[in-house]
Amino acid sequence: MSVVEEVSDEVDVGKKITDVVVRFAGDSGDGMQLTGSNFTEATALYGNDLATFPDFPAEIRAPAGATFGVSAFQIYFGSEDVTTAGDDVDVLVAMNPAALITNLSSLEPGGLIVADNDAFTAKNLTRAGYTENPLEDGSLDAYRVISIDITKRVLATVKPYGLSHKFGVRCKNMWTLGLMMWLFDRSRDAAIEGLRKKFAKAPDIAEANVAAINAGHAYGETAELPSGVEVYKVPAADVEPGLYRNITGTEALSYGLIAGGQLASIPLVFASYPITPASGLLHALSGHKEFDVVTFQAEDEIAAVCAAIGASFAGSLGITSSSGPGIALKAEAISLACATELPLVIVNTQRGGPSTGLPTKTEQSDLLQAIFGRHGDTPLPVISASTSSDCFDVAIEAVRIATKYSTPVILLSDGYMANASEPWLVPDFDSYEPFPVKFETDPEGFSPANRDEDTLARVWAKPGTPGLEHRIGGIERDYDTGDISYEPENHHRMTLVRQSKIDGIANDIPDQDVDSGNESGKMAVVGWGSTYGSIHQAVKRARQEGKDVAHIHLRHMWPMPANLGDLLSGYEEVLIPEMNTGQLIHLIRSHYMIDAKGLNKISGQPFKIREIEAAITEQLENAK
Amino acid sequence: MNAPLTLKDYETDQEVRWCPGCGDYAILKTIQKLMPTLNVPKENTVFVSGIGCSSRFPYYMNTYGFHTIHGRAPSIATGVKLANPELDVWMVTGDGDGLSIGGNHMLHALRRNVDLQILLFNNEIYGLTKGQYSPTSKVGTKSPSTPDGSIDQPLDPAAFALGAGARFVARGIDTEAKSLTPLLARAHAHKGTSFVEIYQNCPVYNDGIFDLVKDKKNAANTRLVLEHGEPMLFGTDNEKGIRLNMKTLTLEVVTLGEEGVTLDDILVHDETNITIAQMISRIHSPDFPEPFGVIYCNPTRAFVDDVYSQRIAVRETKGAADVNAILRGGHTWTVS
Repeated sequence: MSVVEEVSDEVDVGKKITDVVVRFAGDSGDGMQLTGSNFTEATALYGNDLATFPDFPAEIRAPAGATFGVSAFQIYFGSEDVTTAGDDVDVLVAMNPAALITNLSSLEPGGLIVADNDAFTAKNLTRAGYTENPLEDGSLDAYRVISIDITKRVLATVKPYGLSHKFGVRCKNMWTLGLMMWLFDRSRDAAIEGLRKKFAKAPDIAEANVAAINAGHAYGETAELPSGVEVYKVPAADVEPGLYRNITGTEALSYGLIAGGQLASIPLVFASYPITPASGLLHALSGHKEFDVVTFQAEDEIAAVCAAIGASFAGSLGITSSSGPGIALKAEAISLACATELPLVIVNTQRGGPSTGLPTKTEQSDLLQAIFGRHGDTPLPVISASTSSDCFDVAIEAVRIATKYSTPVILLSDGYMANASEPWLVPDFDSYEPFPVKFETDPEGFSPANRDEDTLARVWAKPGTPGLEHRIGGIERDYDTGDISYEPENHHRMTLVRQSKIDGIANDIPDQDVDSGNESGKMAVVGWGSTYGSIHQAVKRARQEGKDVAHIHLRHMWPMPANLGDLLSGYEEVLIPEMNTGQLIHLIRSHYMIDAKGLNKISGQPFKIREIEAAITEQLENAK
Repeated sequence: MNAPLTLKDYETDQEVRWCPGCGDYAILKTIQKLMPTLNVPKENTVFVSGIGCSSRFPYYMNTYGFHTIHGRAPSIATGVKLANPELDVWMVTGDGDGLSIGGNHMLHALRRNVDLQILLFNNEIYGLTKGQYSPTSKVGTKSPSTPDGSIDQPLDPAAFALGAGARFVARGIDTEAKSLTPLLARAHAHKGTSFVEIYQNCPVYNDGIFDLVKDKKNAANTRLVLEHGEPMLFGTDNEKGIRLNMKTLTLEVVTLGEEGVTLDDILVHDETNITIAQMISRIHSPDFPEPFGVIYCNPTRAFVDDVYSQRIAVRETKGAADVNAILRGGHTWTVS
């Protein structure tokens, strides 16, 4: 099922394989992310199912050749359903020694290394920690190595275009891309078209890069490569018919918020402060001023959430976005929005914590912060996206709940799904049911404390409406009049009504379904967030081995779906894999008194399928 | 059309809960009286505040109002204005709320030139938390947290505002409606962020801190009333003035007729001149007369106007917005 397995018999290689993992690694200035996304596009156009994992350092331009500056882009593609970026790497592209040494451990034995030997200089070798050149000392004998003087070849290729040495060297990523396109039989057309568009104002640079792609491709066709290396065919996947595109979580989230605003018939004010890995959402929405979206880069996290709250008070939907540390700063203001019962959407693109932690790596350690991380009794709904494309629907759901229940909603994403892309069967927006906001306009019987009988949502009367002038604020308000009240009984009542309002949302969300497997039985693997892909594949493999395992994946984290307790009670064993020390498991154990077991990984890297598979096997063994 | 609005229309049914004798009462009345004269529909008026004694203000104004959290009123007010630029947004804050916990937001609301009126009630003390010294308290202020006297240097609100890039800076006195009213009217007429510092007496924790300049009997000698285009004269018979010493580039007090000083030597107030404004904002009694009035007024484009004009420009180039179109943007492929 991998390149390795196919070539291990050393005969008749270059035939069909079902799936493959390729990892491009180089200096952060080597353009590996661009190479990866071009390769992804070609792969999507080819018809494979795929998933990607951009893995880059926090440093923008680390010193050349440094191990901490290695930037990588992993893609897993195949002819069956692909939901993760893959466990082990089949093909590693290493643009320098640092890229090799930091990524070698993920390469399958027998896997293929493509290295630019021009970058394996004494200086770079020392910087990476090598005493000998691994391309020459036999230490890579367990793998197959294609060692090529890529830099020299690129410089020769681009010479006619008159580029400086600096710009010429930069084309080596496109040369490498060309070689990989040959290796996996991809079309270069889209990449070439993209380059000509990107460098429309600098045709020399465009044509030099195009020449580099073609040269890399030609090298594959003509050079004598080691035994067992030739064109691999990964047949197109059998996927649902329709119009597809690649989408990252950040893009899907931005489109979902815009779509949610349209379905709610309400303008959006998106206020944010730059923070990795959440800034992309600010960038994405700032580029869509043609919609009813005002974006605002505030002076800090607190100002961002406060501007969003001010906007909601004034009749737009305020949205703010950050990552864990920024959400911590916003906490006091979120409580104000809970107290004043204003709609607000808070997006947390989680990263490795605590503090600065691992800003470019992924984690899901802010779940309990989202649910409980405020002062006072301030319940609010929390929902989470599970894949890049799922961000679209989850964003719409966040807007729906926030506006329907006049409450802040926290939407959890993470660094992995924000940056990773996957093919998306593009939905028809016209098929979505609108949920238009109703603003109060009638002064008759008006009080800012009025509530909807069913949802308990507080009335939304926006400034500019004659006759509805009123004051709101952080001081406790009288249940009936909305005036300041310090009455003990009133505070008790108000706290309970705010709680009931949030609890009631459980009746307005779908029952929890089972993603794969039976509705009761031996074991359920319960997940949330971007562990979706790994759990999905692990459960699929376990079921193929005849194990009675089901996959349940939560979107509504708080309140949880009304049937969840009953559903989980139907399984003898519950396993909860999380990229934290165990947060959902706390909720499940305390809420439903279910003796769930955790599988926890806090390395800043997504779960490997086999890690979850092993945990399933182990727990089933122990249960015997 | 309904009868013209009066002060009564701007009062709420809430019991005003400031301490007896608090300067805030006078400011409230002045503003309630000013409101009907501004020709702004009541429903378009919004008062936003932070936390502190002054920040209770919105509860007593029968307009839209939002009593928010400590220091963040400038950000909330900015959000209100971003959502609806038609609203007339007033922000009420104090020296602790606006210059200590909220100093950062104040800075940015001023330099961005969001279209707001910011009223900073300066009583040089924390009132609501029971009397601690504030960032505007004079060195040596004894308070519960500084029983041996405060030691940090105070901030000068008007100088801070000018430093932050404010385009309208004025100073008034809580109990003097006659001079405060036109100041507030000008602040309101100013397009962009206007900043009005109001000296406000706290009778409980910092009583009499402004007595020297508030004493009307001696006002002619202790105050410098700024008038655009007029020489900076003061004194019972306007016999004294402010001169710019060209050698030291500092302001000095001179007396007409003494040492050859004539009216020509007196600095003429130009409220559009940032250098004069910065010098004026930093002089205080007792070494100088305390300046009151419009210190600086030099309008430029307001932030929210630019936000919306940029949007209009984008729409003209990009054309109509369509969700289905962006979903299908970039490379797509069809699986049949």
